[in-house]
Parts: sequence; structure tokens; C-alpha cells
Amino acid sequence: MRIVIVGAGEVGSTVAASLADGHEVVVIDLDSDRVDTLTYSLDVLAVEGDGSSLGTLREAGIDDADLLIACTDDDETNIVSCGTAKTISDAFTIARVRNTKYLDTWNQSEGALGIDLMVGTNLLAAQSIVRVVGLPGAEDVDRFADGLIQMAEFRITDETSLTGMSVAEADTFDSLTFAAIIRDDEVVIPSGDTCLRDGDDIVMIGSPESISDFAQMIEPNVDGISDVLVVGGNEIGFEIAKLLGEQGIPHRLVEPDPERARSLSETLPKTTVLRNDPTDQEFLRRERIDEVDVAIATLGSDERNLLSALLSKRLGANRSIAVVEDGDYSDLFEAVGVDVAISPREAIAEEITRFTREQHAENVAIIEDDRAEVLEVEVDTDSVLIDRPIRESIKELPDGVVIGAIARDGTYVIPRGDTVIEEDDHIVVFVAEHIVEETLEAI
Amino acid sequence: MSWRVDWQASVGLLGTGLKYLAVTMFVPLFVAVVYMEDIWVFALSILLVTALGFVLEQVDPDPDIGAREALVFVSLAWLTAAVVGTVPYLLAGFGTSSTLADPVNALFESMSGFTTTGATVMGQISLEQHSHALLIWRQLTQWLGGMGIIVLMIAILPEVAVNGAQLMASEAPGPELQKLTPKIAETARVLWLIYFGFTIAYVVVMYGLHLAGFAPNMNLYNAVAHGFTTLPTGGFSPQAESIAYFSAAVQWAAIPFLVVAGVNFALFWHVLKGEVDVMLENAEFRAYTGAIAVTTALLSLLLVRGAAPPLDIGGVTGGVTENTIRQAAFQIASLLNSTGYATSDFAQWDTHAQVFLLFVMFIGGSAGSTGGGVKVVRWLVVFKTIRRELYTTAHPDVVKPVRLTGSVVDEDAVRGIAAFTLLYILLFGFSAVFISLDTARIGIELTTLEAVSASLATIGNIGPGFGRLGPFGNYVFFSDASKLLMTFLMWVGRLEIVPVLAVFVSALDSD
Repeated sequence: MRIVIVGAGEVGSTVAASLADGHEVVVIDLDSDRVDTLTYSLDVLAVEGDGSSLGTLREAGIDDADLLIACTDDDETNIVSCGTAKTISDAFTIARVRNTKYLDTWNQSEGALGIDLMVGTNLLAAQSIVRVVGLPGAEDVDRFADGLIQMAEFRITDETSLTGMSVAEADTFDSLTFAAIIRDDEVVIPSGDTCLRDGDDIVMIGSPESISDFAQMIEPNVDGISDVLVVGGNEIGFEIAKLLGEQGIPHRLVEPDPERARSLSETLPKTTVLRNDPTDQEFLRRERIDEVDVAIATLGSDERNLLSALLSKRLGANRSIAVVEDGDYSDLFEAVGVDVAISPREAIAEEITRFTREQHAENVAIIEDDRAEVLEVEVDTDSVLIDRPIRESIKELPDGVVIGAIARDGTYVIPRGDTVIEEDDHIVVFVAEHIVEETLEAI
Repeated sequence: MSWRVDWQASVGLLGTGLKYLAVTMFVPLFVAVVYMEDIWVFALSILLVTALGFVLEQVDPDPDIGAREALVFVSLAWLTAAVVGTVPYLLAGFGTSSTLADPVNALFESMSGFTTTGATVMGQISLEQHSHALLIWRQLTQWLGGMGIIVLMIAILPEVAVNGAQLMASEAPGPELQKLTPKIAETARVLWLIYFGFTIAYVVVMYGLHLAGFAPNMNLYNAVAHGFTTLPTGGFSPQAESIAYFSAAVQWAAIPFLVVAGVNFALFWHVLKGEVDVMLENAEFRAYTGAIAVTTALLSLLLVRGAAPPLDIGGVTGGVTENTIRQAAFQIASLLNSTGYATSDFAQWDTHAQVFLLFVMFIGGSAGSTGGGVKVVRWLVVFKTIRRELYTTAHPDVVKPVRLTGSVVDEDAVRGIAAFTLLYILLFGFSAVFISLDTARIGIELTTLEAVSASLATIGNIGPGFGRLGPFGNYVFFSDASKLLMTFLMWVGRLEIVPVLAVFVSALDSD
């Protein structure tokens, strides 16, 4: 595929790097230094210019491009770039927007503004945070097959009851698959007698109920979420508060700027908005942060998010979640004591990966910095899986593939060795990163 | 500044490169089989080079090339290619009176080949003394070096393509890399195909002239041999009399190919895509063709006024005759972009005409061509910068970028070009002094023109100089020290100095 990417910022270059291997990628950016750097660091063609101008898009070869991804930091530029490209090209256009109002407009009529897919980064980030909030102990949660199947990633620590147990002992739920362990950056596909260690991340695939029961087992002290503190009222903070309100989870939001606090309180009727300096310890103590179930830091910069998340934890919050703008720091955040770091950029990367795969996966969740992926695939007649028991067909798939769950006609089917997969089944599979293409080919 | 370079990675990749270099030796092997000469020389060469390639590959079987490794790798690759290129010369020369049996001479000749210089230390260039195969190997080294051995590797080896951009930037002539397509390997392939296409066209035209009876000496062997050295601006010829050995028709037909060799090959890609404007509006293309036109006119004027005596090679010039115009046009087309063919023994021309040619040699080809020298685009930027300096002296408040073909040249690039040009001239000057002193040491006095041209002809990858170094002369009388310095200058000149210096800096720094 020929892919044109507008904007070589962090999102743009991350996306370009992941696509450069199998596709012809052209990247457009205004900044000549970035264009230079990209020319040498990636096997892509970097063009200097304005992605919303027809001339630059032509220079980038939009005429015979298959896909345009507009992911600059500026919503308007992204929207105009897609619209401009549509005037002369049939490329599928993807625009990244932060502001949810554009997303609302686009949702009214898909394909509006010349955009085939609009990805709202703030909304996506808020959604993944709220999913994690709802599941105590989880680091990452994704929904598949219209919510019938869930994937969740948990960290095993000395405090959790599972350390030292074997997988067979820990796996006591019927509709739950122990898909993988990420141990010291390596993907381990567990067998029944694999022992869980301190520091392991485990990937579970199952029905939402069993996942949440499993979470209960890991964190037995938490009894439902009844108190969330959102620190920071920027766009992501706003979206989080809105989603929490919709789900009826009690929450408070802290915003230092009086005017912003005022407008937030006007638009968010279910949210208690507090106006104060979010790093003022006295204020946080007064607000009984030690009783808070989850504190979410979304203050607009990585430094402040880190400070705020560590502070909440120190002052007694049960769990702290931080937004991290620079995806590379996710690991670092989690290493110094933040429970979960969530990057809005990862959300857009997931969406874009979903659309650029040769064989469309219905849904994609990227695990731990792209070390593995969890994919939802609709099985068709060409698949090696079809009409055969899994025990036989799995031998034809590479090592590192785990079939986690099956959704058939809206019901959950537990995959076992003798389960026969039928046409139109949606299967959720865990796949190590290096064999994704090979696996998609086969199933 | 500390340089941390993964030497193993560079050496490992070098091994892979050598294996492919060995494959190219099948061309002379084929010729050897056809003429039944020197077959064992090339068979043995292929074995030796392949074995060396395998050994080096073991140093790092899975090389990871970063920016610094790219610089080191490119420099080492060219040095190694030159060293390995000596194997057939040494094997064939063993036990004969050939000057190439001497390792220093062989290295000089091989480096002169790969860098498309064309300076020779071959005592006697003739098919009686040397085999057809050996002389075709000498021609082939220039063809491989012309578009670049690294660019060729990028085009065919997928593992090199990942960091291909850095490698290509270090090798390709000119201040910056031009990517034509998203995939660097595709760009490399496009450039090689254009190069290959022109080479084929040359052979067809020349052999066509032969078949049509206009070129009795241009048999198939000569057509191919010269095809190998025209497009890369090489200048080697298996004939002692270079292009003067052939008819006037051949000389005229060669001129357009010589001009093409100095043009940025990326422009031909645009022409193939139907964007002829891109070529016609390109500032460097205009300057290059303009410079050829103006200098040809001036040299014609000098020759018409009798700047050259009647010569055995080159004939009678003077007055407005076909021969006068042809000699002027051919010499300019050959020397301006650093090819180094000759149809007239210009070493015997009057001094003022020789000084004029010396000036022409300074210009060089275009960026992205196969030509050597400073490159037209650098001179353009240098002149525009000087003009801006003068202008801003008079108008101190003015803000004025340097423009080229309508787009602004980055100030860092301007500084880089100025520094390169200065470095080039310094290196040229110091080397001229060294060569002249060192040659006096062994009891030979060089004339000023000889000393200056020895330095310029090697660093600029031109080939022939003046006096004893003329187009039908020879570099064999220099001392080993001078020959090694000139070998170094050819290497540095082809890679445009910086990558080679980087190797030395990193070698000194690594503990």
C-alpha cells in the first residue's frame, strides 16, 4: 500500500515507523529538521511542506495513494488535509482529532468532511482509562465482540495472592483463558505448570464477568469503585469525568483555573468540580485523598502527571493512573510507582493498525509497547481453523498464538481442544508481535 | 567528542559486499573464456574474494548499521573494494614485466578504477601486453564505482536497505541525498537502471557506427569497454590512444554521453515520468550545461587562434575547422565533469590553453551524477553566498536567503558547502606541495602545472594532468609515498572527504 502521513510529530513518526516495513510510506511535515531526521532514520520518503495544501499532497503522490493519515497536533489541519486529499484522490482518509465536537459532527454522517475514519484521541484515551478504572488491579482493558469478550492485563506483585502459584492453580474460572505472560519484556505462552512470579504481567481473555471475578481475586480488598479523583480538567479530564458520570461512578475533578473550573461544572452536572492547585498537599489531604479508590492525573504535561500521580499514591490513594503523552515513558512511569500509565498515542496507533492490516481485523489491542497484539477476527471459509477442532488446527499456526475466546451468534463459547470453529465466528486471539502477519494470513 | 562505533557491524556487512563483488568478476572471467586468456587469474580471484567475504561476514553475521557505522562502512567498503580489485592485477602480473605486479601500483590502478579517476600506472596499455579480460576488469571497476558500489548493494540486498539512506548519503556525490521513492532500495534501483540504460544505449550507438562503417576500430569489445567507462565519468581505455584511436564519428557520438554522465541522474527519472520541466528548470542542470557551452566556445576560440601545435594525436587545429571545434568540445565534455578521455594530446598545447583546462577541471559534475570534483551545485551556492556577503556589506539590515531553483537553501547546508569547498582546496594545495617535494626527493623536478595537476586530477577523480601526466602519459614514475598519497586523494575525493575523515577520527578515538 502507498500511505501518506501528514505530520511527523510523535504520533506521525510512530505510525510511520510501524508501517514502513511493509508499505510505501510518504511523510509530510512543515519542519525541515524533522523531515531530515526522518529521511535517515526510516525507510520512508519525507516531504517538507504543508499537508493541507494540494501542491504538497501532490508532491507526496496522493494521486495514487491508498491511505492518508492526518495526525498533526492541529485538528483543523488534519480535517482540511483529508478534505483536500479527497478532491483529487480515492485514498481512504483517517484524521486524528482531539476535540470531541468534531467527532460528534462526523458521527452524524460518516464520511463527512471527506474523512473516512475519524479517530478522537482524547475520547479514546478517556475510554481506556475509564475501562481500567472499572477493573481494580488491571493495567489495560479492551472490549471485543461488542462487549461479549474482554481482554485485561494484570500485574502480579508480591502483594497479590497469585505470586508463586502455577497457572493451573490460578485459572479457576471456566470462561477465562490465561493467554500469556509478559516476563522481563519476553512473551511467554504459559502451560498449566508455569509458575507466576513477582513482576509478571498476565494477559487474560474471557467474559467480562469472569474477568471481573478474577480481578476480585487479585485485589480482594477492593469492593467496587465508589470514589474517583480526576486531577486536571483538560480535554481528556473532561471526557473521563463525562464517561464516569454516564456510568454512575462517583467522582470529583480538580482544576486550578477558575474559569475552566466554572465551565466544567456547567457542562458536567454529575461531577463535583473542585478549584484548587492539584499539587497542593494540604488541599489533597483535606479532600481525604487517602480514601480515594483511583486518582487519575491528566494535567497536560508528563512531568506534572508524574508528580501528581506519585503524590496521590504517597498521600494514600489506593491506585493512581497517569496519562503519559510520550508513549516511551510508559514503562518508566510504571517503574517508579505509578500503577497504570496510559498513552493517548497508543490509542490512535491501535486504530490505525486496525485499518492498515491487509486482512482487516475487527479489533486490535496492542500489548506492552507492541510486544504482542490481541486481535478479533471474523473467521471465513479460507481459514485453516474452519470446521476443525482447535486441537488440530492450532498445529498449523506458529508458536505464540493463543485462541482466547469465541463469540458465536452473540453468545460466548469457551475454546477447548475439541471445540470446532464455524464460519462467522468471531475469535479473539493473542499473537506475539513477530508472527502477527503470518497468523493473520492463516486465519 | 567520543565516537562509539560498532566496527564489527561494518566489517560484517563488508563481508557480504565482497561476496557480491566476487560475482562481478564473472564478467572478466567470461571474457577470459571467450579469448582463452588468463582464465585461471579470474577463477582464482573469485575464489579468494568469496572466501575473504565469508570470513569477514563471520565477524558479525547480523550487522546493525547506525549513522556512524554507515560512515565507517562506506569508507571501508571503498578501500576494501580497491584492495580486492588488485587481486587480478597482481595474479596476472606475477612473473611478468607488468608494472601492475607491484602492489602499490596495483592499488593505485585499482583505486583509480573504482573511484572513476582514470589516472594510470599501467606501463604499457595494449592488448598485446595484457589480456582482454584484465583490461575489461579495469574498465568494469569504473562502471561499478560510477553509480556507486553501495548504491548497488542497497538496490539488491534487502538487509542493507533498512539503513540505506545513511549509506547512500555517504556515498552519493553532492551535498545532500535525494530520495525519489519511499523505499530507498527502489530509489537505488531506479538510479542503477537509468545508468544501465544509458550504458546499453552507448554500446548500441558505438557498435552501430562500427557496423555502419563509420568506426572501423570500434568493435564489440571496444564498444563495451568504453561503455563501461563513459557513463561513470571514468576515462580508462584499453587503447593507448584513448578515444583518439577512433574515428571522428565516434568522437562526436561520445560527446552527448559524456555530457549526460555529469548530469544528476535523478533528473532523468523526472524526464521518464514526463516531468521534463523539472530538468529544464533545475538550476544546477542549467549551470552545468551553460558552463559546458561557454567553456567550449572559449576553448574553440583559443584553438582557432592556434593554441595547439600540429600533433600526432589530435591532428592540426587552427582556424575554424571541424577538427578544431571537435577537439574543443570533446576535451571540455571530458574534463569538465572529470571523465578524462582525450582525443588530443593537450599536454602539448600552449600553456595558456592548459591553464584554461585546469580551470575547467575545477568545476566537476553535478550532484547525483557520476562525476567527481567539487560539483556544480556547490559552486553555485558558494557564488551566491559570496554575492550575498557583498550585498549585505552594503545593506547591513537586509535579510536574504540563498535560493536554488526557487527553494531556499538551509543555512546549515550553506555553511557545510562552504566548509567542504575550503577543505577541498586546502587538501588539494597541501597535496600539490607534498607531491612536488617528494618527487624532487627522488631526483625528478616537476613543473608547476604537473605538480598542481597531479593533485587536482586525483582528488577530483579526473585522471589525466599535464606534462608527463598528460592524457597519454603515466603516473608510474612517482615514488611510492606520492602514489599512496594520490591513492588516498582519489578515495577521499570520491566519497567527498567527510566519510573518510570520520573513519580516522573514530579510529583514533576508540580505545
